[in-house]
Order: sequence, then C-alpha cells, then structure tokens
Amino acid sequence: MSASDELIQQYQDRTEYDHGFVTDIETIDVPKGLSEETIKFISNQKKEPQWMLDWRLNAFNRLQKMKEPDWQKPKYPKINYQDLYYYSAPKNFKDGPKSLDEIDPEIKKTYDKLGIPLEEQKRLAGVAVDAVFDSVSVATTFKDKLKEIGVIFCSISEATREHPELVQKYLGSVIPVTDHYFATLNSAVFTDGSFVYIPPGVRCPMELSTYFRINAENTGQFERTLIIADKGSYVSYLEGCTAPMRDENQLHAANVELIALDDAEIKYSTVQNWYPGDKDGKGGIYNFVTKRGDCRGKNSKISWTQVETGSAITWKYPSCILRGDNSQGEFYSVAITNNCQMADTGTKMIHLGKNTKSKIISKGISAGRADNMYRGLVSIHPKASGSKNFTQCDSLLVGNKCGAHTVPYIENKNSSSEVEHEATTSKISDDQLFYCRQRGLNQEEAVSLIVNGFCKEVLQQLPMEFAVEAQKLVGISLEGSVG
Amino acid sequence: MIDIKNLKVSVEDKDIIKGLNLKINKGEVHAIMGPNGSGKSTLSYALSGKEGYEAEGEINYNGENILELNTEERAQKGIFLAFQYPIEIPGVFTNNFLRTSLNSVKKAKGEKELNAVEFLNLVKEKSEKLKIDKEMLSRPLNVGFSGGEKKRNEILQMSLLEPNFVIMDETDSGLDIDALKIVSNGVNAMRSPKRSFLIITHYQRLLNYIKPDFVHVFSDGKIVESGDWKLALELENDGYAKFVS
Ligand SMILES: Nc1ncnc2c1ncn2[C@@H]1O[C@H](COP(=O)(O)OP(=O)(O)OP(=O)(O)O)[C@@H](O)[C@H]1O
Ligand SMILES: [Mg+2]
Repeated sequence: MSASDELIQQYQDRTEYDHGFVTDIETIDVPKGLSEETIKFISNQKKEPQWMLDWRLNAFNRLQKMKEPDWQKPKYPKINYQDLYYYSAPKNFKDGPKSLDEIDPEIKKTYDKLGIPLEEQKRLAGVAVDAVFDSVSVATTFKDKLKEIGVIFCSISEATREHPELVQKYLGSVIPVTDHYFATLNSAVFTDGSFVYIPPGVRCPMELSTYFRINAENTGQFERTLIIADKGSYVSYLEGCTAPMRDENQLHAANVELIALDDAEIKYSTVQNWYPGDKDGKGGIYNFVTKRGDCRGKNSKISWTQVETGSAITWKYPSCILRGDNSQGEFYSVAITNNCQMADTGTKMIHLGKNTKSKIISKGISAGRADNMYRGLVSIHPKASGSKNFTQCDSLLVGNKCGAHTVPYIENKNSSSEVEHEATTSKISDDQLFYCRQRGLNQEEAVSLIVNGFCKEVLQQLPMEFAVEAQKLVGISLEGSVG
Repeated sequence: MIDIKNLKVSVEDKDIIKGLNLKINKGEVHAIMGPNGSGKSTLSYALSGKEGYEAEGEINYNGENILELNTEERAQKGIFLAFQYPIEIPGVFTNNFLRTSLNSVKKAKGEKELNAVEFLNLVKEKSEKLKIDKEMLSRPLNVGFSGGEKKRNEILQMSLLEPNFVIMDETDSGLDIDALKIVSNGVNAMRSPKRSFLIITHYQRLLNYIKPDFVHVFSDGKIVESGDWKLALELENDGYAKFVS
C-alpha cells in the first residue's frame, strides 16, 4: 500500500470549513480605495526603492485604460474597487519578517490552529515555510540554512530591497505588466508573496512553501510570487491558502511568475482551500489568479500541480511557455466544486521551441449545484518542430444538478508536431455507493474514496508531506454532496 | 440470528417479494433456489438495505428489527452480501478498498483499526488461502477482473470482514471447477456455530461442497417449498415445474 493510500484510511469526520475563524489583532490599514496614494502608501510601508514604486505607478496608469474581462463562465457581481482595502498588516509588524520570537503570539496561534506551527523545530523536516498574513509576510523559516547553499527564499518585499538586481531583471518578464486587467491590477498594488532564487547547479534540499492567510475584512489580497531556477537547478515549491468564513466575497488576485533557465526544473504545487462560501453561495473568495511559467532555457521543465477545493469562484490557467528547445511543461489539476462553487480553470501550453513536450491531466469534480469548466489552450508555433502534447480531461459528476464542461483550444501550426486530446465524463453511480456502503463505509467515506481514486494520478504528483492533507481535503470538500 | 416475517418488497412500485417468512438460526446454512426473475437478488438487496427497495414486514436480526437501518449500519452489524455482479470502481485500488472497508467495520464495532503493515499481513494470509494473486489486489477494484476473479474477491472480503450473517448471491456462477472448490473450502472454513449463511444458487453442484441444512424453493416472491439438501437433488432432476404454478 502506497503512502498516499494512507490518506483515505485516516479520513476523519469533519463537517464544516475548518479554517473559518478570524484572528483578532490590531492592524494598520491603508484608507479604502484604489489610487496613487494607496500605491505610494503600500510602497512606503514596504520601504521599496524608487524604481519599484515607478513600476507600480506605471501599471496603475495602464490599468485606467483597461477593462475587466467578462468572457469567463462564472459571472459575479461587479467589484467596486474603490470600496476595497488594499493593505492590511498586523500593527506591531515592522520591516518584514523577524525572528520567530518577535511574531505576535496571536498570529503564531493562528498558524498553529491551521496546522502550520511556525516554530522550525516542530516543522516537518525538510519543509521551509514563508507565512503571508493578509498583506505581509510574517515569517520565513530555514532561511539561514538555505542561504548557506546560495538559495534565496524570502518575501518579495524583502527581495526588492535586498536583491533588487534579480527582481528588476525578472519581475514582469513572464507576465507583462499589461497582460490583462487582474494582472495589471496586481502589478500596481501587490503586497506580499514569496521570492525564490536557486543558484546554478543547486538542487534545493527542502520543499519551499508559502502559506497564505486572508484575515482582514473587505481586503483584497494581491499576492506576488517570483521563482527563478538558474541553470541546472531544481526546486519544489508549494502554496497553501485559507481564509475566514464571511458573508461578503473577498478578492484574491495573485500573479505568480516562474522562470527556468537551461536544464533547470521547477515543480510548483498548490493546495487551494480558500473559504468557498456557504451552501447557498453566500460569501467566499474570488480566486482570480495569473500563473505563468517560462521555460526560458533549453531542456528546462516546469510542472504545475493544483488541488483546487475552495473559493466561491476559481478562475486561473497556470501556463507554460515552452521557449527553450526540448523544454517540458506539465499541468496536473484537481478542481472540486460543491454547492454553489464555480471553477473555470485549465492551462495554456505554448510551444515555441523545438522538440518541446507538454502533458495536461485535468480532473474536474462537480457536486451540488456547482459548475466546473476545463478550458485549455495548446498552441504549437510554426518553429516548434517535433513537439508533442498529450491532454487528458476527465470529469466526474456527483448528483444530477451539477455541470461539467470541457473546452479545449488547439492550434497546431507545425506539421511535424502532434497533439492528442482525450476526454471522459462519468458519474458516481448508486450501485458504486451501495457496494461501498455494504462493506461498511458511510456515504461520505464512500464518496471520498471514489473521488480520491478518480484523481489519484494528480494527487500523486504532490510532495509526500502534503499528499495526505490533500486527500483529506478532497473528502471534506465533498461532504454533504450526496443524499 | 435472522427471522423474516411477512416481508414484502417493491421496487419502483412493482411488487417483487410477496410475503416471505424465513427463520435462520445461528450456525445454519440455508440455500435458496428458484427460477430467473423470481426475486432472489431482490431479497438480498432488501436484507442489506439498498435504497429504492421499499420493504414492509419484519427483518429481525439478533432480536432487533433492522428494517429502518441503512446499508452501512447493517453491514457494520455483520451482514455481508456477496454480490451476484460485483461493482467496478475505477481508480480505487482493491487493497485500499479492503482496508478502508475493514477499518470502517472495526471502527463501528469499537475495535482497533489496522495499520498498513497489519493489514497487509492479514490480507496476504487470507488471499493465499483463496489462491488470489496479490497482483490482483493492486489493481482497481473489480475493474477488468474476470467473472471468477470478481467472485473470489467477494469471498476474500467476506473472510476479512468475518460477518455474522452472509448472503451469497450466485457466487458459484462463473467459477471454474477448481475455483468452485477453493471458494467452497473458504466458505466451509468460516462455518461456525455463531455464523449463518443464506446461499442463493442455480446449481445443486455447489451444495455438494457446501452442504446446507435447509433448501428452499423460491418462486414469484415467496418460498413455496422447503426441505433438506435432498430437495436440491430433486430440483436438479425435475426442474421447478412441480413447484411453480
Ligand atoms: N429496479 C427495478 N425496476 C423494475 N423491476 C425490477 C427492478 N429490479 C428488479 N426488477 C424485477 O424484479 C424481478 C426479480 O428480480 P431479481 O433480480 O430479484 O431476480 P432473481 O431471482 O435474482 O433472478 P436471477 O436468477 O436471474 O438472478 C425481475 O422480474 C426483475 O426484472
Ligand atoms: Mg439474481
């Protein structure tokens, strides 16, 4: 029995969103609304160099001429950007993450409650954590140990101060400032996120992970993450996300950029468990995220793995630009929508270099009245000879009121390249449930077992430390979906 | 052990079981034989509490009327159904399913659940007795299993769960001669004064291996004749004509 099978055995009966509590701390908030003042305030709080502020203001100017997209399937009420807060940080927080002793005990407790104790000694061996609380990174563990081998792992705010040459060179180089509305918005007002640099030839010895927590009310979270794997290096990175239960929708609009140089590999995993809203669709996070990886060097590889179980609306297409010859892109996705949740997610694989390969495995699970959409683009450019794509999109329906849709866009402009697309839709049958229950499993255990089986191929891609957690999450997020 | 009184079962408004009385004491093995479509599988579903099977009357199990209990509650109390057509569950490894099942039952009984190593040792012992290749256990549950493999897998599950009351619905159909012996030995090894069996079959041959205490002829939703194992021989020779109106 593989270790990942453990998860199902360890399934515990939990019925509500476990992470929905609010931490009561004093905060520094910027006045409401989107303006130059707000941006200057954020930049000032973060003690950013002038070039960074100019970069933000440029994005803000561009934003004035842009329109919010509306081609996506999940529609949402218009967001009033002047009614949002763009910055919230714990009051006694100054100058970025300090040693653990200096962190507000309330925040420490929050992470303990979430199962992510920040004390290094208690941490899973081999995992370094950056903890982002609303708009600021409150702690980064194992930093010094990583520094010894030249790995930089810190908050993006710190990176703009300490490693400006790297940030200036790479920030916005994968997602241009004017890419689309939310990407531009993020560029203007981003607050925190992680920065990773792996020097040439280094295999990062531990998992790097960032844990995002939204706590403050009416606050948008604008995460920005930048990961650079220099020649011949390797890194595995994981992000996790939770938020309190609130009746209002909250916006999380992140930009994540990955750059892999020659022979480098980045493995990026997400376990997204933002508050999904209640059974009737009230509240929940709008998870509108731009994630893009650039396989800039030859023989480079970027692989995205996502387990998306939370959020009222998930709208994202983690993508790979396969620029370097022989580079590879992978996308493994589990998207679960229950009750009134909606997801419009998938990937883009842009084949530019010769002999580039991409693989897409998408598992969409829909329950309740939820809607689940896979949308993906595979584009093979004229010069990308000898390239290959394989796509497998499977949908699983739980009940009769939910929906699943698959929309593949395929553009193959090179006759020596191959694109292969397979899709299936299935349903959990009453007979399957009866069989499981006759063997002693209750309804929820049965659904969890069947769904975990359905998405095993993707869950297996997660780092071991998180696979078990993800499997439990799959079960929990489908509770109450049958009968 | 089990005492069924005036049981009536309908599916989608169609009456299928029409007033069945049957008492099975602890340690007894009862066989049910009857024509296709007479309601044998329906009885097995009604006993195990499948949704959509509207039942009235009484099913007393160890003194408790279990009519209102749901499927898993009955299973956890030790009622086991070996399916006529075992269900395929893609993606779920057989081993994982077996362990989840065993631990669910153990948990319900307040017993200690088995960890991976304990489970693997147990399943190895049980599957060797049934000559089940362990490669089969690392495949998705029943997916691509041959008819006989599926049936053997049902018996493996029975031997792991150690139920009190076992319903076997045509477990012998689809088994080759050797497999029939292996499965029968497996069942016989589990016979005990504490455990009862209800064996649904079309073939007297099975009853040569698993000798029943009683044989019942089932027709049109009722038991129309009961006797000892010799009744099965009679049926084998003469068919159902004599009992079916
Ligand atoms: N869901 C259903 N809807 C309508 N009729 C049904 C349904 N399920 C079973 N039946 C009918 O009930 C009758 C009894 O079926 P059942 O499967 O119990 O027979 P059986 O005795 O097990 O037959 P066999 O020996 O062929 O296995 C059949 O006429 C069958 O068509
Ligand atoms: Mg039958």
